[in-house]
Amino acid sequence: MGSPDISPSRLPLQRGGVCSQIGKNLLYALPAPAFWLGVWQVCAFLVDRRLEGRGNELLLPYPATVWSVLTGLAGTGEFWAAVCSSLGRIALGLVCGLGLGALLAVLTCASRWADRLLSPAIRVVRAAPVASFILLVLLWTGRNNVPAVIAAMMVVPVVWDNLSRGIQAVDKKLLELGRACRFPRIKIVNLIYLPSLRPYILTALTTAAGLAWKSGVAAEVLCLPEPSLGQRIYYTKYYLDIPELFAWTAVTVALSLILERLLRLALARWGRGWAA
Amino acid sequence: MILCEGLTVSFGERAVLDRFSLQIPDRGVTALSGPSGCGKTTLLRVLAGLERPCGGAVYLSPRETAILFQDDRLLPWRTVEQHLTDVLPRERWGEVPALLALAELEGEGKTMPAALSGGMGRRLALARCLALDAKLYLLDEPFAGVDLPRALRILERLRALPAPVLLVSHEPDILAHADAVIELDGPPLVRISP
Repeated sequence: MGSPDISPSRLPLQRGGVCSQIGKNLLYALPAPAFWLGVWQVCAFLVDRRLEGRGNELLLPYPATVWSVLTGLAGTGEFWAAVCSSLGRIALGLVCGLGLGALLAVLTCASRWADRLLSPAIRVVRAAPVASFILLVLLWTGRNNVPAVIAAMMVVPVVWDNLSRGIQAVDKKLLELGRACRFPRIKIVNLIYLPSLRPYILTALTTAAGLAWKSGVAAEVLCLPEPSLGQRIYYTKYYLDIPELFAWTAVTVALSLILERLLRLALARWGRGWAA
Repeated sequence: MILCEGLTVSFGERAVLDRFSLQIPDRGVTALSGPSGCGKTTLLRVLAGLERPCGGAVYLSPRETAILFQDDRLLPWRTVEQHLTDVLPRERWGEVPALLALAELEGEGKTMPAALSGGMGRRLALARCLALDAKLYLLDEPFAGVDLPRALRILERLRALPAPVLLVSHEPDILAHADAVIELDGPPLVRISP
């Protein structure tokens, strides 16, 4: 077996290949955001014309205005304090919700009694309005704990539902194979359950991440923990600072997407272990 | 080796095995043959402890048998090699090349099941079954999709195993090369053999 060719004459070609791949990826990824930015720009322009320059920023600011506010905010310590605090609270809620939802899914699938006892309660949590829970949790705990608790509560039913369906859908023939091969229980979980559940785990993670952000920030807006994204969003309403509202919303969306992407990457990396 | 006596298995009203007893040679390959639906697969499953009989006795515990199912049941996320190391204890991982050679899968260790042909998948399932330590190997149509010359070569290797093999086959050439053949005519199977 020869060693790989890493001569200098070869490297520029490889680099060129990577660059062209990045270029292709950008070509696929950019048109949709560019289109919607264009729509936003046109709409802001139409609003501006209708109001003849008298306060269109109150209704629909230009993308450039929002960008300028956002870059201004990003240079301040308060911005990063709010981002990090919210991220910490919501990520904690998400992790707790994922763990509890997975545990409940295993319990309700393993025991009919647990299913009869727990399923109605989980369905009630799923159907109840989030605002009711926010106010209740605010009364029961300190305002700083509400976003994490609410994020976890909203995540649990989603994770439970997806994983329960996944566990029930695991191929019974593979489980029988595991028994016939005398696999211990932990091996059945590692070799059969977890790989079979992978698409359900992915759906649960991505849905849960988005939901945790929405409910967590909603809880912050109502409870005003300090510092937090929700608190800053609340103040934008208070001062009718719509460009800043857009900027904080963009930050929330970006953080949600980044968290979702990180979870997807972690799952892909974890999944590689099943075939390693 | 007496495998079972007076075995009765019913699915609802339908009796598949009726006071069925079976004895096979202590070594070599015994083939079970018979029309579809006569209870061959059910018999293997009962002997492997995967179905509970309504009556009668099975003289091997499920841990003393290894079964090859009628379908391959490969794990799509495991390589060929991993299918074998998954069932072998770590101290026996050195036997993987020999098992691959037995099933004529040399050089396919890193291949994923999706890249295997039907016959290769069948041979992998067979190798995985033979990797298990057992006093009796129960093989349900082990050569489905495997070309005949290769099937006959593998059959010769099965005959040399230290434990007896009880296999189901409809293929006349396989039956002709088995050490013993039990023809079943059912259901319900009431034959005492051999």
